[in-house]
This record gives sequence, C-alpha cells and structure tokens, in this order.
Amino acid sequence: MNIYALVKRTFDTEEKIVVKNGAIQEDGAEFIINPYDEYAVEEAIQVRDEHGGEVTVLSLGGEDAEKQLRTALAMGADKAVLINTEDDLEEMDEFSAAKIISEYLKDKDADLIIAGNVAIDGGSGQVGPRVAELLGINYVTTITDLKIDGTSATLVRDVEGDSETIETSLPLLVTAQQGLNEPRYPSLPGIMKAKKKPLEELELDDLDLDEDDVEAKTKTIDIFMPPEKAAGRVLEGDISDQVSELVNLLNKEAKVI
Amino acid sequence: MSKNVLVLGEAREGELRNVSFETIAAAKTISEGGTVTAVLLGDSVENLAQEMVQYGADRVVTVEHPHLKQYTSDAYSQAFMAVYEQEKPDAIVLGHTAMGKDLSPKLASKLSSGLISDVTKIEGEGDAAEFIRPIYSGKAFEKVQSKGGLLFITIRPNNIEPLAKDESRSGDVSSLTVDITNLRSVIANVVRKSTEGVDLSEAKVIIAGGRGVKSEDGFKPLEELAHLLGGAVGASRGACDADYCDYSLQIGQTGKVVTPDLYIAVGISGAIQHMAGMSNSKVIVAINKDPEANIFKVADYGIVGDLFEVVPMMIEEVKKLKGSPAV
Ligand SMILES: Cc1cc2nc3c(=O)[nH]c(=O)nc-3n(C[C@H](O)[C@H](O)[C@H](O)COP(=O)(O)OP(=O)(O)OC[C@H]3O[C@@H](n4cnc5c(N)ncnc54)[C@H](O)[C@@H]3O)c2cc1C
Ligand SMILES: Cc1cc2nc3c(=O)[nH]c(=O)nc-3n(C[C@H](O)[C@H](O)[C@H](O)COP(=O)(O)OP(=O)(O)OC[C@H]3O[C@@H](n4cnc5c(N)ncnc54)[C@H](O)[C@@H]3O)c2cc1C
Repeated sequence: MNIYALVKRTFDTEEKIVVKNGAIQEDGAEFIINPYDEYAVEEAIQVRDEHGGEVTVLSLGGEDAEKQLRTALAMGADKAVLINTEDDLEEMDEFSAAKIISEYLKDKDADLIIAGNVAIDGGSGQVGPRVAELLGINYVTTITDLKIDGTSATLVRDVEGDSETIETSLPLLVTAQQGLNEPRYPSLPGIMKAKKKPLEELELDDLDLDEDDVEAKTKTIDIFMPPEKAAGRVLEGDISDQVSELVNLLNKEAKVI
Repeated sequence: MSKNVLVLGEAREGELRNVSFETIAAAKTISEGGTVTAVLLGDSVENLAQEMVQYGADRVVTVEHPHLKQYTSDAYSQAFMAVYEQEKPDAIVLGHTAMGKDLSPKLASKLSSGLISDVTKIEGEGDAAEFIRPIYSGKAFEKVQSKGGLLFITIRPNNIEPLAKDESRSGDVSSLTVDITNLRSVIANVVRKSTEGVDLSEAKVIIAGGRGVKSEDGFKPLEELAHLLGGAVGASRGACDADYCDYSLQIGQTGKVVTPDLYIAVGISGAIQHMAGMSNSKVIVAINKDPEANIFKVADYGIVGDLFEVVPMMIEEVKKLKGSPAV
C-alpha cells in the first residue's frame, strides 16, 4: 500500500506565544511535529506493518521542517519529502498550502493519505479535506479508528463526542483525532536508521507551479494577544460560606447562572 | 457594496442549533443591506424555515432528500452547490461545528475560494469587514481579510450574538430539488455519547473535571451540577488519560476549544495546554485544593478547597437558587 502522512512543523505546546510588531516571535522556541500529525504518522506505520507497502511523510515549509521529518523517519516512516517554499513565497494561506500539497500528490497513486485534523498553530482544519477534494478522492475527518480490508475501509469518526462508524473505500484521505492511537517515541536504532533514509527536497518549480497559481486568497493583517485577564478573586472564610458567596456572585454579579 | 450572503442552518435531532442563528447575525454584518438567504438541508426541514426567518434570514431555500437525513460530505456538498449555483452569492457563512469543519474546506476547494475558519468576531461591515480568529489554540488572535472574490467564513459557536427573535417577520421559503448521487461513504452506525444533548462547543456552562476528581464516579457530582445549570461536562487530558472519562470531553490545545459564559474547573491544575482551550471563557471559576495551582491565574473566582466537599455544597446552593422564586 502506498501511504502518505502529512506533517506540519509547529510550536511546542509548552511554548508561550510572544507577539512583536504584529508577528509571532519564533526565536528560541521549541518546535515539534503537530500533535495530530504524530497520530497520522503512527497510524500510517501501523497500516503499513499490517498490510505492507511504504510510508512517505510530507511536509510543506522551510528548511527547518527537516527536523520534524527526520523524527517521523525515526518513528518508522520510509521516506520523506520536503516541499520548501521559503525562497518562493512570502504569503500563504490554506488554499495555497492545499494546492501545493495536492500538486505533489496528484500523480503518486496514494492509496491512503493521513493528515492531522487540525494544526495547533494555524488551526483552520482545512488542509486535509481541501487536498482530498483537489485530488478527487473521498475523505473522512476526525477519525479515532481505522480498519482496512483490501480496498474497503471501516472508520470510526468523532463527531462532537458521538461516534459514527463509516464504511468507504480506498483511495482515501483521513484526518486523525486524538484517541486514534498512541504515537511511539523514536527508538535509538530508529534515530540512527533515519539518518540514512531518503529525504527529498523540492521547490515550487519542481512541481510546475508558479507563485500566481498558489497566491493566497486571504490576508492576515494583524496578530495580537488576547486581552490580559484582571486578577481574579480567591474567596475566603468557611468553605460553606465561600460556596454560597460564589453561587451568589455567579448569579448577581457575573449573571451567568 | 451590499452583498448577498448564504448561510447554512444546522439542525440536531429536529431542532435548529443556536449557531444557525449566529450565522444569520454574522451574515447581516457582512451583507450591508444585501439579502441573507438561509439554506436548510435534510430529509424534512421545511418546518424549520420559519424560525430562520424569525432570526433575521430574508429568504430560505430548502433541499429535502432521503440522502440528506444524515450528514455526509458528498451528499451535503452536492445539495449546497446546487443552491450556490442558483443563488450565486457574494459570501457564505457556516458554523465552525463538526459539520461545518468537514464541509467548508470541500466547498471552498470546489469554489477555488479562500476560507476564513473559526471566526470569533467581525469588525467593520460589508467590504471593509475584518475577521478575528484564534490561532495557537487561543494563545493569540489574528485579523484576516479576504483579498477579493467569494468571501467564505465559518464562525465559532457561542461568540457572535444572534439577533433577537421576531415572530412577526416573514420571508419567502422555496425548495429546490437536487439529484444526489455517487455517495462514497456510508454511515453504518452512530453511537451517541454526548451528555444530555448539550454539546460542549455550544454549552453556555461547562463543568470540567481534572485528575483531582480521581475516578469515573467522581464525575457524577459534576454531571449533576452541569445538569442543574443546563450545561455540559468537560475534562482535562489528565482525567481522560486516567480513563475517568471519554477523550471526546477533553478541553485544551489538543481537545476542544470552548468559550462558554461560565467555565468551572474542578481539580484541574491549569497546564498551558488546558488553558489554551478555555481561557477565553467569559467567567472562569477554579476549585482546587492547591492555592498555588496555575488555574487560579485565569480564574475570576476561586475556591481553595477539597472538591469533594465543595461540589456537593454547590449543588445544594444552586438547587436553593433555582428553587427560590424570582425576586
Ligand atoms: C512559507 C510559509 C508562509 C506562510 N505565510 C503565512 C502568512 O503570511 N499568513 C498566514 O496566515 N499563514 C501563513 N502560513 C501558514 C499557512 O498558511 C498555514 O499553515 C497553512 O495554510 C495550513 O493551515 P493550518 O495551519 O490551519 O493547517 P490545518 O488545515 O489546520 O492543518 C491540518 C492538517 O493538514 C496538514 N498540514 C497543514 N499544513 C501543512 C504543511 N505545511 N505541511 C504538511 N502538512 C500540513 C497536517 O496534517 C495538519 O495536521 C505560511 C506557511 C508557510 C509554510
Ligand atoms: C502535546 C500535549 C498536548 C496536550 N493537550 C492537552 C489538552 O488538550 N488538554 C489538557 O487538559 N491537557 C493537555 N495536555 C496535558 C497537560 O500538560 C496536563 O498534563 C494536563 O492538563 C493535566 O491535567 P489535570 O490538571 O487534570 O491534572 P494535574 O495536573 O494532575 O492536576 C490535578 C489538580 O487537581 C487538584 N486536586 C487534587 N485533588 C483535589 C481535591 N480533592 N480537591 C480539589 N483539587 C484537587 C490538584 O491540586 C491539581 O492541581 C497536553 C500535553 C501535551 C504534552
């Protein structure tokens, strides 16, 4: 089976965000594989181990994303592809990202493409379904289980807490939700092996795309921090008095109950 | 320039979800006097049309088909695109719900358009409208504008105030017949797990439990309190990892991002990943026995104490409050 996992490099979830002059400061921040994409890589490896084939991890971004791709290779992916847009694109949006990724995938005959359901930085959740639509294949989002039998697939989808069982067929794009699996940590031998695995680097030119084809449809005009919250009130006195004061405050002052 | 805007109403168990009315309010801001047309898709939705009008829609177009009884991206995109072709709107507004998240990128891709997802606030009107959306799971916000062409947004439930319901409003309701074919996914089964039908993303009140709740049984009082307040139960990843509850309840950077009017964090320490999912709630209450717990930094009201003592007392107080005649 020909399996692809889409991997985005993103800020570590531990990082505080610092905004300066309307831009996120990246200096000194730790970066990780987007947590949902770790589920995607893990699932891709498990499907390959059960059904045979090859896992390719694909990232769109700058040179720095190589580190996250190496991590995915160390987990067990076979090959990596980095589409490096650093020199070509100043601005990008979800349309551009999906267009570039699908342009790469269109002649790869992928049986299964696994993405994260959302990137914890950009947070749009658009890239997976957009890529599927551009490739003309079916997709199922926020999956928590995947079983493949020949070209049939049975999936469980998380829908705002309910679970839907879905039957469909390959080729298919799915997006991973928490609960799909437990991503493995790269082992030491895995890390050693990853250094020798192929990592191909491409630019827009190699995909026969020029900047106009992928020009963003939307524009970010400002980035800012949420308003600081004023310090709250920690209540005092007997617990029972505190509780009745709290309920009273919620009712009379905050008017939320 | 005035804009004609298409919104998609969303029903759950035969009733319109609040987010449907919020999309109408958002559409009004964008339309600057243009027409707001509500689309309703389902096997039987005609009866819901009037309510969309009462909340401000100028017209309603319904598409009824047995294949629209349950949401699938293939069926809904075919039906929605048929309405789109008929109406040729300047803008589209959907809710950023499970359905909206699944459907909107497909539609945007078909329409080769941009899509501004998960909008929490609209500044300005018409062509000058700017859209604010959380990034880094609410640790920051960005302001986004369309560069032209079709304007397409999804709005996060519970953030944009619906217009007041006006039962005297009337509007044209028409239906469109659409041939729905070639469905690639079949829904074999649905297991409902959500608590009492109050969806986390839309709940006005959320009682969230953490590892401090200590067991599955420990969540029972939280459920009772949520029930009394008409809210939903949520959880930290700590509680989910410990198997006290289902992952679908997890709130945070890798769970749901919620903005209820009232968020009560019970036995939750306030890790940065958890706070990302709830810190934009309107009023936050923390109940924790550790006065140093991080959660107190974002809490409007805090009680330092044992949750097993505090929560049952709260239940009694709320019962008293709800039982007492209005003053
Ligand atoms: C060079 C560059 C310039 C950019 N400039 C801007 C800018 O000016 N303004 C702005 O707002 N944003 C900019 N971005 C961010 C970019 O537009 C978004 O990250 C992108 O649209 C994806 O959207 P998202 O983060 O919401 O991902 P989602 O749609 O939430 O991601 C869902 C899933 O899709 C896959 N995926 C998403 N992105 C990638 C990727 N890059 N590589 C591989 N898989 C991926 C992953 O599996 C992910 O889990 C830029 C990005 C790059 C690389
Ligand atoms: C990549 C990544 C993603 C993550 N995503 C999320 C996410 O989306 N959501 C999330 O929540 N976490 C997330 N986490 C985990 C997060 O870092 C914390 O581990 C988690 O939030 C802790 O859960 P907790 O507050 O319930 O548990 P703890 O930190 O153990 O806190 C328990 C609290 O209960 C209090 N307590 C104990 N007993 C009582 C009592 N009897 N009465 C009152 N108080 C009591 C304690 O004082 C303590 O403050 C993520 C972590 C990583 C690495």
